Amino acid sequence: MASFHGLANPARFMRYSGAILPWVGGATVILLIIGLYLALFASPADYQQGETVRIMYVHVPAAWMGLMVYTTMAVASAVALIWKHPLADLVAKSSAPIGAGFTFVCLVTGSLWGEPMWGTWGVWDARLTSMLILLFLYLGYIALVDAFDDPTKGAKAAAILALVGFVNIPIIKFSVDWWNTLHQPASVAKMGGPSIDSAMLWPLLIMAVAFTCFYVTLMFMRVRTEIMARKLRSLRMAQAQG
Amino acid sequence: MNAFAVIVSRDVGLALRRAADTLTVIMFFVLAIVLFPLGVGPELAVLARIAAGTVWVAALLSAMLSLERMFQADYEDGSLEQLALAPAPLAFVVLAKALAHWLTTGVPLILVAPLLAILMNMPVEGLPILMLSMAIGTPALSLIGAIGAALTVGVRRGGVLLSLLVLPLVTPILIFGVGAVEATLTGLGGRPHLLILGGFTTASLFLAPWAAAAALRLSLD
Repeated sequence: MASFHGLANPARFMRYSGAILPWVGGATVILLIIGLYLALFASPADYQQGETVRIMYVHVPAAWMGLMVYTTMAVASAVALIWKHPLADLVAKSSAPIGAGFTFVCLVTGSLWGEPMWGTWGVWDARLTSMLILLFLYLGYIALVDAFDDPTKGAKAAAILALVGFVNIPIIKFSVDWWNTLHQPASVAKMGGPSIDSAMLWPLLIMAVAFTCFYVTLMFMRVRTEIMARKLRSLRMAQAQG
Repeated sequence: MNAFAVIVSRDVGLALRRAADTLTVIMFFVLAIVLFPLGVGPELAVLARIAAGTVWVAALLSAMLSLERMFQADYEDGSLEQLALAPAPLAFVVLAKALAHWLTTGVPLILVAPLLAILMNMPVEGLPILMLSMAIGTPALSLIGAIGAALTVGVRRGGVLLSLLVLPLVTPILIFGVGAVEATLTGLGGRPHLLILGGFTTASLFLAPWAAAAALRLSLD
């Protein structure tokens, strides 16, 4: 816990994150290269889906990240509300656009994948629909953070929203699954079939780790930028007053 | 308990004196429904198929219109601060205001809904279950809407933002509300949907006032 509270000091956070950042960034690049090579060239094509199965190596990690980033935001928001940890607010705020980006990528690739597989771009598949609602939760969060004149107020309001959304996500997921089985018979949503082969699992896992490193890199960069922007603002204020 | 009754009767009284506000919401509800046959064509079979969905969606959107007013007037004239300082817990105040909101918008919407469902050619057997599902679901709408209204109370362009925040959160209500009507009409029985809807309302009854109170405290700082 000591280091957890120690990170509340922006200068210390800048030092640590500055040291970690090149490593995470490097890992992102290396893992992405390896993962993309394995996914696009070395892994076998699916016996049913053919080459289109390669969309999965981007689609599935993006979906995982969409959920993981929202979870991170909810945890960071809880930490910010409970301990008034100044950096937790920044982590949550900086994560939102990244998570929205991952969710958007998941939706676009899902739509691209749906076209050859199911014969239509827009499929109201249960999982894609819940991701769409997740995207709206992200967008609402981003809109709320910026809606206040006072940034700390915006951060607090958004933290409450993130927690409310986090409680609601499993309920939304469940009800969308239910809705989907009611409205259309299970002809479309069935995919996969046999469990995934290790020749496909490895590239998928490497891509997932690469996406996670990518998220951490971007998040650190955004938090650092935000800290510097705040420092700049307070310096300007001091200059204007003095 | 006394404070609770006082706040409810005050808010309902205020809404009755400005009846135009409630009427606007109802008119919007009616108009939104009337637009659907114009948009999709007057074939009765098509209208009957989409009746439950359109009535529920229009009710959801109409309720969004009125949510903004839940705390706004009290925030502007300062009475919200008085309410926050009162001995009654703020979550309790939120619960009372959500109840007043439901009485002044939810109940009129429920009463008008069967007429509009008939306009949409919904079979008569569907009407009681439509009203029942709305009676169970709309309180949750007011309660979850209270969180959104509380979060946006100090924000200038709050209205649109409010819909963006609240609509994704209330999708389960729409799904199970429509599901109950459709399951009844197809002979499957709407009971499971109604029970889940009831569970959702009960959960929001306990959790939403608490979250909305936290959001209100924030804007009163």
